[in-house]
Amino acid sequence: MSSKPHRLAGPGLLRVQIDRERCQGHARCVAVASELFRLDAFGNAHEIGDGTVPAGLEVKVRLAAADCPELAIAIIEKQGA
Amino acid sequence: MPTRPPVTDWGSDFDHLDPAWTDNPYPIWDELQQKCPIAHTDRYMGVYFVSRYEDVRAVALDAEHFSSRAIAIREGRPPVVPAPPITSGPPAHSAQKKLLLPAFTPDAIRRYEPQTRAICRELLEPIAGRSSCDGAVDYAQEIPVRVIAAMLGVSPQSGDLFRRWVHEFLELGVTDRNAMERAVAEMRAFFAAEIAERRKTPREDLISFLAEARIDGRKLDDEHITGTLRLLLLAGVDTTWSMIGSCLWHLANHPDDRKRLVAEPALIPTAVEEFLRAYAPATVGREIVKETQINGRQLKEGEMVMLSFPAANRDPAAFPDASRVVIDRSPNRHAAFGLGIHRCLGSHLARMEITVALQEWLAKIPDFAMAPDAKVTWSAGQLRGPRILPLVLGGSMGQQS
Repeated sequence: MSSKPHRLAGPGLLRVQIDRERCQGHARCVAVASELFRLDAFGNAHEIGDGTVPAGLEVKVRLAAADCPELAIAIIEKQGA
Repeated sequence: MPTRPPVTDWGSDFDHLDPAWTDNPYPIWDELQQKCPIAHTDRYMGVYFVSRYEDVRAVALDAEHFSSRAIAIREGRPPVVPAPPITSGPPAHSAQKKLLLPAFTPDAIRRYEPQTRAICRELLEPIAGRSSCDGAVDYAQEIPVRVIAAMLGVSPQSGDLFRRWVHEFLELGVTDRNAMERAVAEMRAFFAAEIAERRKTPREDLISFLAEARIDGRKLDDEHITGTLRLLLLAGVDTTWSMIGSCLWHLANHPDDRKRLVAEPALIPTAVEEFLRAYAPATVGREIVKETQINGRQLKEGEMVMLSFPAANRDPAAFPDASRVVIDRSPNRHAAFGLGIHRCLGSHLARMEITVALQEWLAKIPDFAMAPDAKVTWSAGQLRGPRILPLVLGGSMGQQS
């Protein structure tokens, strides 16, 4: 359920999205990948920008998703390109 | 504590106050996970013990069938004393927790780090020169009470009083209703005086904040404020005290892990997550308010459920090599701080305190081990941590390292 092998995607091919209903503010994602997530005033997490994962952060985003106790992080593989 | 009837079978007659459970619960939980993932006991007027990660998660996320109004397993089910937001459910819970969340974000907690570091250094000063100490009494138990006292704005000299309340409410109180009620009454009187003082002269602390706080434009009544303060005090003290003690206990027993953390202090935060997984201190109760099924077992309305986050964290279905402590484990989706809406409010405070406590200890006392023939005493009940932890320090450990 966590660290299954993934094919390496090219830059901008991954997008990350936080399920606001599920997020409870454990903040593991920010601890692992502060480039991709930020916390609001209540400590709940949000993706930075539109959630596009910059090149080089593919492994980190997978780790953040695997660390989330609430299973609130979805990684979407963009079509095309 | 009076002698309790011995447990005949862990699956159908468990008792979380049994000395075997208190001494070393892990073999019991392993067996239950494999053979009886939802155990039951007629003791305490009926309690289920849920040990698998997926089942614990299912119960934690289901507020419809499982209520948080009672979270402690107690003999005879004394009337519940509300401690919002932990004893609240939807819809009231959300606003009550939202009120407190900004004070407990990682950024807000960072403000207390220098003070926590100073507390640790002050405690270590007299210990470091000695050949032995009690890691629980001399160090672990002193850190959380002083930090929470600073946050609440009450006297740091109140540590003994706070620990007595913790002991009476959470340990003695399981079987002794008078002890529990005495602690509640004393806490209520203590906080009533503090609140009255803040109303006259507000300060920069959590009591002042709560005294002025509003939900839907209305000030909180005193019962709500004292309930929340009782929660912050009880939950802020024994849990972190237990975790710091368990970390020291682990490192005293595993010299390779100890040496690695001394050599690689940057690994400490990752190791803390693994210690939280392996030695999660808190098992939380729920009251079954509507009959339902979990993992094929019918759960009866009116009985209690113990959500064992500590056992779930050792479920081999959720964690590879679950029974082994791997200090660089990653990923680590542990549930030490709970799952769902009741995620521990103080989780970032706890992480900071445990991390700072270990950083400072290892910098000052890199060499330590269990004292020969050490008798470690563990707390009994829903909170697990060492209360007596005899260690030998530095050069005195001889060939033990």
